[in-house]
Amino acid sequence: MADAEKRSPTPSESRKGSGKKSPKPDLPATKSKQSHLTIPAHNMEGIPPKDIVPLFMATKTQEIFSCICDEHVTEDEPFKLIKKEDIITDMKMRAAISDFHPVKQIVLDYPGETLLISYDPDFKYGQNFFLCITEESKNKIIQPETPEDEEVTAAEGAVVGKAPGEDEVYVYKPPEAKDWIPQGSQVEVEDEMVMDTRPKIKVRASRVRREFGAPFKFKDRDADPASTDQGLSASYLSCNSYSDKNYTLKKAELDNAVQAVPELVDGSSQTDWKHPVNASVQYEPRSISAEEAKAAQDTPEFEEFVKDALPRFELALQQNIIMDVFFDDWGVLGDEDTNFGSKSDSHLKEYQSFTDLQYSKDKTVTCVDWHPMIKGVMAVSCCQRLSFDERIDQANRLLMTPSLVLIWSFADPIHPQLLLEGPDDITCFKFCPTNPNIVAGGCINGQLVLWDITEYADKLTSSRGSASKANQKKAAMFGEELAPETPTVRYCCVSAIEHSHRNVITSLDWIPDHYELNRLGQAVENRMCEICQLMTCGTDGHVMIWDTRPPKATGREQPAPEVLGVSQAFKHLDLSWKPMIKLAMPKTDSSGDYSPIKFSMAERQGVRDHVPLPSGGKPEAGAGMAKIPSAKNQKPLDCISTRYFLGTEDGEVVCTDLKMEKDNETGKPNVPKPSWVVTPHDGPVCTLQRNPFFNDVILSVGGWTFGLWRDGVTNGAILQSACAAKLYTAGHWSTTRPAVFFLGTNDGNVEVWDLLDRTHEPLLVQNVTAAQVTQIVPWVVSKKQHLIAVSDNVGTLHILEIPWNLRHPSSSEKSGVQAYFDRETKRIEYFDRRATMRANQRTDDNKKAAAKPTDQNSDENLAEEHKAEYEAFLTLEKKLLQELGIVEEDKPEI
Amino acid sequence: MSEIEETIKRIQSHKGVIGIIIVNNEGIPIRTTLDNSTTVQYAGLVHQLTMKARSTVRDIDPQNDLTFLRLRSKKHEIMVAPDKDYLLITIQNPSE
Repeated sequence: MADAEKRSPTPSESRKGSGKKSPKPDLPATKSKQSHLTIPAHNMEGIPPKDIVPLFMATKTQEIFSCICDEHVTEDEPFKLIKKEDIITDMKMRAAISDFHPVKQIVLDYPGETLLISYDPDFKYGQNFFLCITEESKNKIIQPETPEDEEVTAAEGAVVGKAPGEDEVYVYKPPEAKDWIPQGSQVEVEDEMVMDTRPKIKVRASRVRREFGAPFKFKDRDADPASTDQGLSASYLSCNSYSDKNYTLKKAELDNAVQAVPELVDGSSQTDWKHPVNASVQYEPRSISAEEAKAAQDTPEFEEFVKDALPRFELALQQNIIMDVFFDDWGVLGDEDTNFGSKSDSHLKEYQSFTDLQYSKDKTVTCVDWHPMIKGVMAVSCCQRLSFDERIDQANRLLMTPSLVLIWSFADPIHPQLLLEGPDDITCFKFCPTNPNIVAGGCINGQLVLWDITEYADKLTSSRGSASKANQKKAAMFGEELAPETPTVRYCCVSAIEHSHRNVITSLDWIPDHYELNRLGQAVENRMCEICQLMTCGTDGHVMIWDTRPPKATGREQPAPEVLGVSQAFKHLDLSWKPMIKLAMPKTDSSGDYSPIKFSMAERQGVRDHVPLPSGGKPEAGAGMAKIPSAKNQKPLDCISTRYFLGTEDGEVVCTDLKMEKDNETGKPNVPKPSWVVTPHDGPVCTLQRNPFFNDVILSVGGWTFGLWRDGVTNGAILQSACAAKLYTAGHWSTTRPAVFFLGTNDGNVEVWDLLDRTHEPLLVQNVTAAQVTQIVPWVVSKKQHLIAVSDNVGTLHILEIPWNLRHPSSSEKSGVQAYFDRETKRIEYFDRRATMRANQRTDDNKKAAAKPTDQNSDENLAEEHKAEYEAFLTLEKKLLQELGIVEEDKPEI
Repeated sequence: MSEIEETIKRIQSHKGVIGIIIVNNEGIPIRTTLDNSTTVQYAGLVHQLTMKARSTVRDIDPQNDLTFLRLRSKKHEIMVAPDKDYLLITIQNPSE
């Protein structure tokens, strides 16, 4: 109120103020009052807009118009509409003291009826009230105050603080880009910039074209500066350096600071750091207890999971069974065709034949064996073809002729490479599979002999070609045919006569190196993994096991005479060799003994997958030199089967065991009884052999028939052939095809049987020799060459080549043969079952027949019954005949 | 519980099936028809392989997931059905 004059600017001033749009809108719209009046400020501040006039209203006036501050008009409702007439009346009444006096003219000019007076508590326009002059402003203000408010809030928007009394919602308005106002920093920047002060001047220099390439002439000029004296212009100008005083600087006193600081030095040294490293870790898999597992399985999620997983598995499993998707069809495509190929190729081709005019003529070949290591070397044992009586008669003569085993090589078909001499005719022999320099042979008198051909091993290996050349040389030298000297090797050890077989040794075999037999016939561990035991059988009814190692009790050194040229290998056994085990084979159902001709062991040399490796280290010793280990050192092996089959002279096939049980009563080991006997053949069994692919299938050949047996199937044979036309004298499985075997007959034929092709007749019959075939032994010499040795009764050994289709197994042959055996086994079982069923049925029927009602059982009744039936039959017959007209009708008697 | 037994018996009765192992999400076998050492070995190794296979499938396409895994070797075929929490492993000898 005091500074009324100051604060009420004239309308012209206010107009001026309103006309300016100040570039500084951000001055806070606070309660600052007067100071802004003189400065050009915001519209809203001190200078009211054009159509608003500040008006001072005294309390009296306020009372009159009922617009007392804070009663009728408040900050919230500052507006009051007053009638123009009222104002005029007031002015008339109070004249100069009326507050409206200064605005008298405005009021009078006011077009409308009512005027708006607004309370201005902040003295924004200078007074406590203001008056709107024009209708527009009045309307503008009366209309919801939003326009004014918006301007106010816009001013305040940039500022955080709010004027009191305004509760608008804070609306965020992002800052708007405003013009840059330089503060003086651009000067420095402009100083730094390098700018052109004037445009660049372009200069172009050029030379007249005709001056290019002008002829030139160079002249020498003296460089000596002294020449300048002579008037010649200086050719060079030297600019020497000199000290220019303008540029000498005096060093003023400078303040320098020194700080003493310890020097920081980086040092390092390499030390040996031994830190612990995991050498080994022992861990075990995590597992959960059974209760937890059970708990986990009881959850419904588990059930769900299993249910969901099942169809996927079923699909996959069935897919696998239906078809093998990874089967290589292309690879086996060629197999089928070749079988139907050249038929001409499917017979055994003659390869070579061996006979010696001196040693094997007219003798019978009793045994053939191929050398296990050296290819193309085989041995043949020859015997005189004499019956027992003839032998006795010619005993003297026979003593003079040596009994030999001839060793032949492919290189020389006429002369044998080596001769092994035995004490008597050798009926069977065998190379030791692991040490082929040892040959064991059984004689006709029951003795067992051993040869050691280590010295001649080289001769055998190098027998290809060199021998014949040497022969030719010799022949050339002497001009006459000289037979090469065939070295003879005498046996190095022979068994004690009183302990050997009493009759012919018919068969012998080495026991495989993965086990040994002890005195009780049990299989024990073979520490050395070397062959050291033999098994023999003879027609005296005994089966014997021999050991080639020296027995424990050899304390005394016998000064045995050393014979030249004989190996000392088995000196310990010579003449004193006793069998370790001697088993008599008593017959089960009748008296007497079985006289075994052939036997077949369950274990095969080289097949030792089922045998654990020997524990402990291998003691060092040469073959045959080690002592028989004491019984307690040997670990019994349960995985070895000590069962074996015997084929006898009477055509029986016997299955028995080597293991002896201790008899409780006598304390002596008891010979085990045969578990199974069958008599399929009508002649002596000449061959008893297991299938090389299926260890439980045995071929037995004897008499006019052959039979296939399965170990364990005691009810019948898998296959028993019909009687052939000729006696079978030899047989052997094929070494490469599981379904093929060869049989030899009495008239020199070799029959090839294929079980998968047909089982009622052989696949191929081929005549090899004119005499009886005594032995057939096939052998794989090389991958391309499979040979079969056929020996006959007249001392000749024929070597034939097996054609491709007889030696190459088809892809499914093994499974086919397996299936065949299984089928036959099932057939046997089925027949057994049916047989028992039928037997039961028959007894039932008999019982039923016997249990018929008894009232008609009496004979009389039966006789009468029969009579009545007969008479009925007679009448019927008569009637029929009469009808047919054959018999005249009975004429009634007159 | 009996349903689970039935299902396992069904799978086991297929031709050539050697054994079944059910493994939880940590790789610990819960249920098996084989002996302990074999089970533990299979469970550990196959579990890792399945995790790897599943992560491979999901890396290539995150929307995808492993439903079945068949591992065929010369001798057997190993089939694995993975799940969120469990793993069912079956070993079959297809060509008998």
